Amino acid sequence: MSEAAGIKVNTMADLMAKGEKPEVLFWVGCAGSFDDRAKRTTRAFVKILNEVGTNFAILGTEESCTGDPAKRAGNEFLFQMQAMTNIQVLNGYEVKKIVTTCPHCFNTLKNEYPALGGEYEVMHHSQFLQSLINEGKLKVEGGSFKGKKITFHDPCYLGRANEEYEAPRTLIEQMDADLVEMKRCRSKGLCCGAGGAQMFKEAEPGTHEVNMERMEDVEEAKPDVVAVGCPFCMTMMTDGVKTKEKEDSIKVYDLAELIAEGKGL
Amino acid sequence: MGLANIIFIIALAAAIFWFAKNTKTIKRNINLGRDIDLSDRAPERWKKMSLIALGQSKMVRKPISGIMHLMVYVGFVIINIEVLEILIDGVFGTHRIFADPLGPVYDVLIASFEILAFLVLFACVIFLIRRNVLNIKRFGFREMVGWPKTDANIILVVEVLLMLAFLSMNGADYALQQRGAEHYIQAGSYPISGIFADSFASLSTSSLIALERGMWWFHIIGILLFLNYLPYSKHFHIILSFPNVFYSKLDPKGKFTNMEAVTKEVKMMFDPEADPYAAPVEPEGPVERFGAKDVKDLNWKQLMDAYSCTECGRCTQQCPAAQTGKLLSPRKIMMDTRDRLEEVGKNIDKHGKDHEDGKALLGDYIQEEELWACTTCNACVEACPVSIDPLSIIMDMRRSLIMEESKAPQELTAMLTNVENNGAPWQFAQTDRANWVNEG
Repeated sequence: MSEAAGIKVNTMADLMAKGEKPEVLFWVGCAGSFDDRAKRTTRAFVKILNEVGTNFAILGTEESCTGDPAKRAGNEFLFQMQAMTNIQVLNGYEVKKIVTTCPHCFNTLKNEYPALGGEYEVMHHSQFLQSLINEGKLKVEGGSFKGKKITFHDPCYLGRANEEYEAPRTLIEQMDADLVEMKRCRSKGLCCGAGGAQMFKEAEPGTHEVNMERMEDVEEAKPDVVAVGCPFCMTMMTDGVKTKEKEDSIKVYDLAELIAEGKGL
Repeated sequence: MGLANIIFIIALAAAIFWFAKNTKTIKRNINLGRDIDLSDRAPERWKKMSLIALGQSKMVRKPISGIMHLMVYVGFVIINIEVLEILIDGVFGTHRIFADPLGPVYDVLIASFEILAFLVLFACVIFLIRRNVLNIKRFGFREMVGWPKTDANIILVVEVLLMLAFLSMNGADYALQQRGAEHYIQAGSYPISGIFADSFASLSTSSLIALERGMWWFHIIGILLFLNYLPYSKHFHIILSFPNVFYSKLDPKGKFTNMEAVTKEVKMMFDPEADPYAAPVEPEGPVERFGAKDVKDLNWKQLMDAYSCTECGRCTQQCPAAQTGKLLSPRKIMMDTRDRLEEVGKNIDKHGKDHEDGKALLGDYIQEEELWACTTCNACVEACPVSIDPLSIIMDMRRSLIMEESKAPQELTAMLTNVENNGAPWQFAQTDRANWVNEG
């Protein structure tokens, strides 16, 4: 077990050595592991899990890309290689339940792993946090975001792809924040521009970037905070706010950060 | 049986024959696609079709065009009862054959046909204004220049003419009924044509009969011609929308297809029992290409999608790439697929089954730049009122580019190499994956 900077994290291997199994595996994802901004989301989520006392573990160095960007780019071969490698590890640890802070990992693990022999109960962290609240383990009322105007930018792979629109919104409402909707939201939510492996390349020539198109909606909603539920949306929204020079008035936070910060964790 | 009946029967038979022939060609073209078994989960499929196709649930998400489309759709379906009467009258030389057996119900029917006809007329005129005067953006992308614009206008103008003919026919009939003209039995209720029937007062009875007959013939021959226009037009959607929604994807939109051929290979690589020196197994039948380069590499449902598209552009309007001026338009993907399939079909008709024209959907119709602009966000799929899936075609073509031609934007190649070598899309070592735990 690692205990550093106020967080406690077990790896599956640690627990296995002790003959233990966690109730849930936290799939950190590549962005959550390596991207500086996304790492803050990862740590915030872990702080909540620690606070609640959830028995969880990560794969650590045994985790590898789910293969999502390879699949969306069209490289099915590489995707399946990644998927089967991961499935061997996951099945080796007899993993039953997975939670992840990345909707791309969430979608791939939930929808595309079963055909290759990986069947798990997979939850996006917004759904998992919601279930903690429902079970009475997590309280989010009040807190430092009380009364703040928060808008939620739907990640395509949580929203349209898996039709989860409510969990993130319920979380925001339960924090006693003022949930404001953008013109395009839920099933009509506009993509941040990073899906389908776009995150890793320059956009094709056009009139403007997709995230700047989305900024029009953000500005119209006049929020204090843009809440996101995806590390790629985080990058695109943060860049958008910066380009618009609105960093002082509009903050971009992941749902887990909102809860952790709201609770002063 | 009079000469008129004989002419009518010949016209009807010819219309049915040609329509059946052209529909069969479309069916043959659709079946040029790869086979895919979509016979599962029938109850869910019926439910989805009832809601989305019959119930127009996605159409009304845009209230103005949705409600007007509903008028035209309900009008079309209900007024067909009247067309049935006209067909029977035409074959047997009767006049308003349903009037007698239906009695007062007939009055209600005719009145509702009239009101619906007026609503269709109204909606079509508004649609023409939207397309030609208001220049609504989604009707104006680059793929809508030329024939697609003309096609849309032909459909609307024909519908306007048919409804005008129908109402004029009724008006003249009503005027003749009031004069007690021979054959024109007192039947029906005419809330719309009754309004202008008085303006026929100055016409002689024989001119009025000529007008009634003229409009009767114009209307029914117009319908038979319009029926035969469908297979050449985007308007074929009125037939294919229903099966197209029925066979559409039931899984979550984020679930992309699993390529079984690849799974077989990857499983072999993971199998510790596999003999690394074994001779490769010869694949049975023709070697299938990875992904789609041409229409025959797509499955029949994707091809049915192409024939079901009525070019409304809701997909393109919602597409993040199209909204930010990129080359991609999901509607164009569907139109290109249909146009290429039509071309392949015509080649088969002319030169036989195995003719190769050296062209392909990917390259000759759809450019790589279009495909790489897609964020796979599913907005186009969500927007389509008849459950067309442009994204699945985009994905199959990306697969072809990457797996058959090793073509991808340079940064994507770098990303794929990273995934392959370090298990992450960026150049970080897998051994550093848990470093975040100790950073604070």
